Amino acid sequence: MFKLFRFLKEYTLQIVVIVLLIFTQVLANLYLPTLMADIINKGIVQKDVIQTISFLGFTGSYQGVDYILRTGAIMLLISAGGAICSIISTFFSSRTAVGFGRIIRNKLFTKVEGFSLHEFDKIGTATLITRTTNDVTQIQAVTVMIFSIMLFAPLTGLGGIFMALREDAPLTWIFAIIIPLLGIIIGLTLKSAMPLFKLMQVKIDKLNLVLREGLTGIRVIRAFNRIDTEKVRFDAASTDLMDNAIKVNKIMAFLMPIMMLIMNVTTVAIIWFGGIRIDEGKMQIGSLIAFIQYGMQILFGFLMLSMVFIMIPRAQASAIRINEVLDMDSEMLDPQNTILADKESGYVEFKNVSFSYPGADHAAINNITFSAKPGEITAIIGGTGSGKSTLVNLIPRFYDTTTGSVLVDGVDVKEMSQENLRAKIGFVPQKTVLFSGTIADNIKYGKDNATIEEIQHAANVAQATDFINGMTEGYEHVIAQGGTNVSGGQKQRLSIARALVRKPEIYIFDDSFSALDFKTDAKLRAALKSETAKATVLIIAQRVATVMDADRIIVLDEGCIAGMGTHKELLTNCKVYHEIVSSQLSEEELA
Amino acid sequence: MSENKNVNKSKGDMGGPGGGPMGSFARGPVAKAKDFKGTLKRLLNYLKPQRISFILVFVFAIFSTIFTIVGPKISGWAITRLVEGLVAKFTAMGQNADFVKAGKAANVAIPSIDFPYIRNVILLLLGLYLISTLFGFLQQYIMAGVAQKTVYNIRRDVEDKLSRLPLKFFDARTHGEILSRVTNDVDNIATTLQQSLTQLITSIVTIIGIIIMMLTISPLMTLVVILTLPLYILVTALVAKRSQKYFADQQKEIGALNGHVEEMYTGHKIVKAFGHEHDSIEEFKNINDRLYNVGWKAQFISGIIMPMMRFVSNIGYVIVCVVGGYLAIQGKITIGDIQAFIQYSNQFTQPIVQTANIANIIQSTVASAERIFELLDEVEELPDAQNAKVIEFPKGEVKFEAVNFSYKTEEPLINNMNIDVKQGHTIAIVGPTGAGKTTLVNLLMRFYEIGEGSISIDGVDIRDIKRGELRNMFGMVLQDTWLFNGTIFDNIAYGKKGATEEEVMQSARAAHAHHFIKTLPDGYNTILNEEASNISQGQKQLLTIARAILANPTIMILDEATSSVDSRTEVYIQRAMTELMQNRTSFVIAHRLSTIRDAELILVMNKGSIIEMGNHNELLAKNGFYADLYNSQFTGAALDNEVI
Repeated sequence: MFKLFRFLKEYTLQIVVIVLLIFTQVLANLYLPTLMADIINKGIVQKDVIQTISFLGFTGSYQGVDYILRTGAIMLLISAGGAICSIISTFFSSRTAVGFGRIIRNKLFTKVEGFSLHEFDKIGTATLITRTTNDVTQIQAVTVMIFSIMLFAPLTGLGGIFMALREDAPLTWIFAIIIPLLGIIIGLTLKSAMPLFKLMQVKIDKLNLVLREGLTGIRVIRAFNRIDTEKVRFDAASTDLMDNAIKVNKIMAFLMPIMMLIMNVTTVAIIWFGGIRIDEGKMQIGSLIAFIQYGMQILFGFLMLSMVFIMIPRAQASAIRINEVLDMDSEMLDPQNTILADKESGYVEFKNVSFSYPGADHAAINNITFSAKPGEITAIIGGTGSGKSTLVNLIPRFYDTTTGSVLVDGVDVKEMSQENLRAKIGFVPQKTVLFSGTIADNIKYGKDNATIEEIQHAANVAQATDFINGMTEGYEHVIAQGGTNVSGGQKQRLSIARALVRKPEIYIFDDSFSALDFKTDAKLRAALKSETAKATVLIIAQRVATVMDADRIIVLDEGCIAGMGTHKELLTNCKVYHEIVSSQLSEEELA
Repeated sequence: MSENKNVNKSKGDMGGPGGGPMGSFARGPVAKAKDFKGTLKRLLNYLKPQRISFILVFVFAIFSTIFTIVGPKISGWAITRLVEGLVAKFTAMGQNADFVKAGKAANVAIPSIDFPYIRNVILLLLGLYLISTLFGFLQQYIMAGVAQKTVYNIRRDVEDKLSRLPLKFFDARTHGEILSRVTNDVDNIATTLQQSLTQLITSIVTIIGIIIMMLTISPLMTLVVILTLPLYILVTALVAKRSQKYFADQQKEIGALNGHVEEMYTGHKIVKAFGHEHDSIEEFKNINDRLYNVGWKAQFISGIIMPMMRFVSNIGYVIVCVVGGYLAIQGKITIGDIQAFIQYSNQFTQPIVQTANIANIIQSTVASAERIFELLDEVEELPDAQNAKVIEFPKGEVKFEAVNFSYKTEEPLINNMNIDVKQGHTIAIVGPTGAGKTTLVNLLMRFYEIGEGSISIDGVDIRDIKRGELRNMFGMVLQDTWLFNGTIFDNIAYGKKGATEEEVMQSARAAHAHHFIKTLPDGYNTILNEEASNISQGQKQLLTIARAILANPTIMILDEATSSVDSRTEVYIQRAMTELMQNRTSFVIAHRLSTIRDAELILVMNKGSIIEMGNHNELLAKNGFYADLYNSQFTGAALDNEVI
C-alpha cells in the first residue's frame, strides 16, 4: 500500500498544508474545554473576583457574567477559526485523494495497453478490468479516510492527553489503564472478526457465481430437467452465506456496547478520583469537567483510529493487486534498434518455428516451415486444436516463437518495431470484436484517415453494403457495446471491411467466414480475390470450398504439418486432407 | 460490500465537541420508491416469522438507550454534591481563617465533602451502565439472526420465483439486471435491517429522552439548544443538495470509464492488431480527467458536512457554557447541571444526524425492496396441467399441426406449420439466420408457448405432459455451449442423474472427448474455470455432446452444434451420432449441408415458414431455394472464374 504512495510526490506541498491545518483544527477543538473550565472556575465559582483576559493582543479585566460573555465570544472565534481550517483542509485533501486515484488509473491503463497477449493470458482479462476499476476506487476511498480520520484521530487523542496532563497530571494515569484496555478489546474482537470478513467476500462471490451460471445456462438446466439440482446448489451457497454473516455480526455486536461501557466507566472514574483530588485542594471543579471532555475526545480519537485499521487490510489487498500489474513488465518489447523492413513487400516466412504456451507440456505447433509471397493465397486447414490460430498469431507478433523464427519482408519480426510490423498486416480474428461507435468508425479503425469512398469500397467488397444501407442511419448506425445489435454474419463482414480499408501487404483471415451462409461466403471470396490480388493472403478455414483453390494449402495435424501443396496434390498425397474433404463433399464431387 | 457500510455506521456514538458520524451523506443520489407505503408493508411482512425476536430487539434497544440517557443527570448529582462540599469547606476555612492562621485548625469543625453519597451515586451509575451494555449487546446479537434469516428468506423466494418464470422473461433482460436485483438489492436490505433499523429506534429514543432530561434541568437552556437544530437542517439541506449533482455526474463518468476499460481490455487483440494503443490511452485520459473534475468536487462538498456539523455543535456548546454560566451565577442551576447539559448537548448531535441519514437509507432500501417485489410479481410459466400425462415408453413421433407462433405479436414468425415425423427419422432444418430454426426448438421443448395449433408427441399434446417429463425425452446440444464451474466429470454427468463413472467415460469416448480429457493434467477431475476458457471451443462442444449422449434421450436436437468442431472430428462424432440416432428421432439444425444430406426429411425454412420439404435428392430436383443454397457451396469456385 505504501508503495503506491510514491505517486503522491507531486502533492507533497498540499499534504504538508493539510497536516498543518488539521493540527490547527485539533488545537482549536482541544482549547474549547479549557476555556469552558475557565468559565466555571473563574466566572462562576469565583464570580466576585476580577479576572483578566488576554487574547490575541486584546486585554481586559472582567468579572462574573461579563467574564463569561467575553470568554464565550473567544470560544466562538476559535470555533469559527477551526471550521475555516477544516474547510480548507478538506478542499486540499479532496483534490489530493481524487487526484491520487486519477494518477493510479492512468498508470495502470497505460501499462496494460502496453501488455502483450501473453500478460493478458497470465493475469486474466476479467481481473485486469476489476483492478483498473474497483481496486483503484477502494484505494481512493481509503486515502480519503486517511486524510480525514487517520490524521485527525491520533492528533486528537494525543492532544487530548497533553491537555489532560496540563489540567492535572496524576489524574491522567486513568488513561494509562483505559487506553491499553481499549486497544486489547478492539484488537481481540477484530482478530476474530477479520478472517470472517474475508470469508464473507468469498461466499458472496460463490453465490453470485451460482446465480450467474443459473442465468446463462437456463436453457440447458431446464432441458436437462435440473431445476431442483440448481435450487439445492443455490440453497447451499445461500445458507453458507447466512451462517457466516450471522457469525460476523454477532462478534461485532460485542464491540460497540463494550466501547460505550469503557467510555462511561472512564467518566465515572474521573469523577471519583477527580473528586478526591479536588478535596485535597490539588484540582478545581472546572478542570474536572474539562477533564471529562478530554477523556471523551481521547477515547473517541482512538476509536476512530481502530475503524481505519479495519479498512486498511481491504485496501491492502487492492494495493497488492494493483502493484502486481504495475510491476509486471511486458516480455515483448521492441528491440533497441529496430530494423525497417521496407525492402520487400508481403513476404512471410516461417523457419523451423515451434511454439508452446508457457507451462504447457506439449508444443502447440512444431517445426513449421513454409513461405508465402504476394499474390499468393495460403490456406491453413486442420482439426480443432491443431494449431492454426496459434500459427497465424505469431505473424503480427502477438506471441513470440519458442524456437525458430518468423520473417516478414525478410526481417525477423522480433527485430522490427511492433507498430511497423502491424501496419503491414490486416487481421481478421476468429471471434469478431467491434467497438461502440458508428459503423463508419469501426471500419475506419483499420485506417484513421480513410475517406468515405474508401470506407464504402471496403464495405462493398465485404458484402456489407446491402445491410448497411438497409439500416436507417446507414454508416452512422451506432453499434452498442459488444456489438449486440448486429448479427454474427454482419459483424464478421464489418470486421473484414475494417481490414480491407487498410490495404495492407498481408491479410490474415482466421476462420472469418464461418458465420456467413454459403451464398454470401462465395460472393465475398470472389470479391476478395480481386481486391487482394497483389497482397499475401493467409486464410484459416474449415470449409473445403474456401480452401480448394488456394495456391498453397497447409494441413496441420496436432501442431505439425501433415501436408503442404495444392488441392489436387493433397487429395492424393495427404491422408488427413483426404479425410477432411471426404467429410464435406460426396464421392462424385471429389473426382 | 456489506462490511463497508457496517463499519461506517457503527462507531461514533460518543460525542465530544468534535464528534460526529462518518460521512454517510457521501452515498450519492438516492433512488426513490414508487409505492413507499405498500412496499414497506410488504417488506415488514418478511419480518413476521421473526416477530418475537424483533420485538425483543426493540425492547432491549429502548431500555439500553434509556439507561444511557439518565447517566449524565445522575453524574450531575455527584458533581453537584462535590461542589457543595467544596464551597462549604472553603467558606468554613475562610470564616475561620484566623483560627487556621493561628494553627488551631483542628479545633474548628470543617465540613468535608460528602464522599459516601458520591460513592453511592457512582455505584448506581456503574450498575446502570452495565445493564445498558448488556442490553445493547443482546439487541445487536439477536438482530444479527433476525436480519440474516429474513434476507435468506427473501433470497430463497426470489430463486424459487426465477425457476418458475418463462424463458420470455430471461430473454428480454440482461443478466446484469437480474443479478443486480438478487444480489445488490438484497444486500442493501440486509445491511439496513442489521444496522439502520436499530439505529433508528435508538436515535429517536435518545432524542426524546435527552430533550426530557434537559427539560428537567432547565427549560430555558433546552430552548436555547433546540434553537440550534434548524442550523443543522440548514447545513444538511444546502450541502447535501449540491453534492447530489456532482455525485450523479461522477456516476456517469465512472460508467463511461468502466465501459471504455472493458471494451479495450476484451478487444485487446484488435487494439494491438490495428496499432490503436495510443488512441485508446488518450481516450482514457480524457475520461479520467473529467472524472477527476467532478470527483474532487463531490468529495469536497460531502467532506465539509462533518466540519460544518462540528461547528454548529460547537456553537451549541458555547451557548450552553455561557447561558449555563449566567444561570449558575443567578443560582438557578448548579454546576453539576451545567456538566450534565454539556454532555447532553454533545449526545444530541449524533442521533439527529443519524436520523436524517436514516431517512435516506430507508428510501433507498424500500426502492430496493420494490425492485425485488417487481420480480416476485412477474407472470409465471403456465403450470403443469392437473392430470399431466407421462409417456411410459416414448417412441418419438412428433407432429406439428397448424402451429402459429411469434415472439412479438406484430411480427409473426411461424405460420401454419405442419410436419409429421416418424420414429427414428432424422429431420434436418435448413435456412438463413433468423429463419425460425431455433424457434422450433424453443417450441418443442415448451420453452415458449405456441399461439395456435398443437404440437404432439406420440399423439399426446405436449401441453398435457409434465414439463419435466417432456424435457426428459429430449437431448439437446446447443449452439452456445453451457458448462459450469465444476469438474469435467460433473459436467458430463449432468446429462443423467446418478451416472456411473463407466457410463460417463463411455459417453466421452463416443463423443471423441475421452482422448483430449486424458491429455489434461487432471483428466476428468479438471475443474473448468468460470468462462470454461481453459479448454478450446471445439473441446467444449465435444463435452456437451458427451453430455447429450449420456442422457440417451428419445429425441435428439442438434442446434448448429458441430460447426466449431473441425470436419474431421465431426466425422467421428457423426458416426457415433448415427449409431445413437438409430431408432431415435433427431432434429438437426445446421449450416453444413454435408450434415444434412442423409436426413429422411429436410425442412427448408425462410422467414418463419417452411418453403420446401423433402429429402436431399427430391429437393435438388425441385431446383428451388435448397438447390440454390446447395449449389453455391460448390459453384463458388466456378463463380470466381466468371467474375475474373
